[in-house]
Amino acid sequence: MEAMSEDTSIGGARHQFPSTHWSLIEGTRSAHTEERQRALDTLIRAYWKPVYKYIRLHWKKENEPAKDLTQEFFVRLLDKGLLDRFDPARARLRTYIRVCVDGLVMNEDKAAHRMKRGGDSVLLPLDFQSAEGELIGLPIAAEDDPEKLFAREFARSVFGIALERLRREFDEKDKGLHFELLELYDIEEGGKELTYEEVARRFAIKPTDVTNYLAYARREFRRIVLEELRAMTATEDEFRREALALLGVRL
Amino acid sequence: MTRFLSDSALERLREAADSPDLTGTRYRLVDKLGQGGMGGVYCVEDTELERRVALKVISGPDPDGIGTVRLLQEARIIARLEHPGIVPVHDAGVLPDGRPYYTMKLVQGKRLDEHVESVASLSDRLRLFLRICDPVAFAHAYGVLHRDLKPANIMIGPFGEVLVMDWGLSKVFGPSPEKDAPIDQADAGPSTENRSLTAHGSVVGTPGYMSPEQTRGDASLDQRSDIYSLGAILQFLISTGNAEAIAKPLSAIRGRAMAEDPEARYQTVSELSTDLAHFLDGLAVSAYPEGPMVRAWRWVLRNRTWILLLLAYILTRTLLIFFRPR
Repeated sequence: MEAMSEDTSIGGARHQFPSTHWSLIEGTRSAHTEERQRALDTLIRAYWKPVYKYIRLHWKKENEPAKDLTQEFFVRLLDKGLLDRFDPARARLRTYIRVCVDGLVMNEDKAAHRMKRGGDSVLLPLDFQSAEGELIGLPIAAEDDPEKLFAREFARSVFGIALERLRREFDEKDKGLHFELLELYDIEEGGKELTYEEVARRFAIKPTDVTNYLAYARREFRRIVLEELRAMTATEDEFRREALALLGVRL
Repeated sequence: MTRFLSDSALERLREAADSPDLTGTRYRLVDKLGQGGMGGVYCVEDTELERRVALKVISGPDPDGIGTVRLLQEARIIARLEHPGIVPVHDAGVLPDGRPYYTMKLVQGKRLDEHVESVASLSDRLRLFLRICDPVAFAHAYGVLHRDLKPANIMIGPFGEVLVMDWGLSKVFGPSPEKDAPIDQADAGPSTENRSLTAHGSVVGTPGYMSPEQTRGDASLDQRSDIYSLGAILQFLISTGNAEAIAKPLSAIRGRAMAEDPEARYQTVSELSTDLAHFLDGLAVSAYPEGPMVRAWRWVLRNRTWILLLLAYILTRTLLIFFRPR
């Protein structure tokens, strides 16, 4: 994905997703390098911002230590077999990752020592500047409940990724106006206060087109969110629960 | 670069992604009313009949179609239960986004847990409870268990009508005594599916209102499980905002409805409501065996007007005998 490449440059321009329903964890354990790399890309793309923000907000770490810890976490995920110990029957992947982050931060000194010792480790090109800008630019109420905080940031990550994919797909289909309507109504502040007639005048289209374009954009957005979520979760059951949490319950 | 989404934008997008796609249908979205475990309920306008109805649609993904079967099964069950205390279903189908839905009467009123504070008298609350029992007994007669009876699922309409809502966990539990429209005979396919979808031992319901056997995940629930839930609702109605001591017969009725062992409970809703009606009428109740003295005292209380008249007559005659001029 383009968005992914700009944020992490890990996924490259690949737009593929695991073909099986819950192949993420299997993919990270695959003997095939390409499949393994693709699964790890998906995982990092979805989780790096939630992890970074979680360390900043919940653990109240400064910018630089939070960057180091985020890097260290994903290096461990890639090199130290952290995912090998994940059991989908015991917890959802999101919870497992958060608990692992907690463990890492609690052993911060040890982790810092390892980082120094392992200075030749390959650092992931994560765009911390944008993540930090999000923290500074807009007020985010720090949740007392770490699970809720992490879930909210995960939702922000999934929706952000899905939105970028939707934009790209609509551009390819020459449906930029559909995306603009979605942006206006469902992202911009105050968009919902506009009537369909006002929007129709603004874009020089019929009010019925506003209804239809918006419905189409929302339907496609929902489809992409579910596809992305399927690629980011470890089991079918987890996919269902995460989807219900994302779409059906107030975040 | 992914754009940053504020909390409010996140919420709007979530609603946008979950809202039902009504393009090309007769319905127009008005508002979201609530969210259940399986689906969301929306207020929509039926543009053909120019009225507002409630539309229920699955929220999450449904790759294996189980949610679809359950939602349509729920709609079919409610549609068959034509009773003034059960919300009527108007329409069912599949939306352009592929999600199944059904529409039903839009109920405007208060939930029982909100309404109860406005009912001060215990006897009025008990009469309200009797009206909750009616649709549940009706559903049982058609072989349908509700499985999630609780104050939040009881609506009291603006004219005092009582409606038992949210049949999303309902289950067909036995043969219907009615031969003209039995749910599990006239429509064996979906009913059979319903059994398999809900009879695999999964725990569904609400803690505090679920029967012990439902909490354990027993697959072979029957009407006595709903009777336990009705007992919990009775307990709620008796205790909320009431500091007075509860009469022993009433306490016994509640205790029998909520007995741990289903065999020790009322076996039908009718038995429960009859006992409660007897209590309201000052009659003996089956859940509270009385001694001869208590029974005599109850008889005196119930006939106190006649007894007082008789005593007054006897007293007058006695006085006349003693003070009559000789």
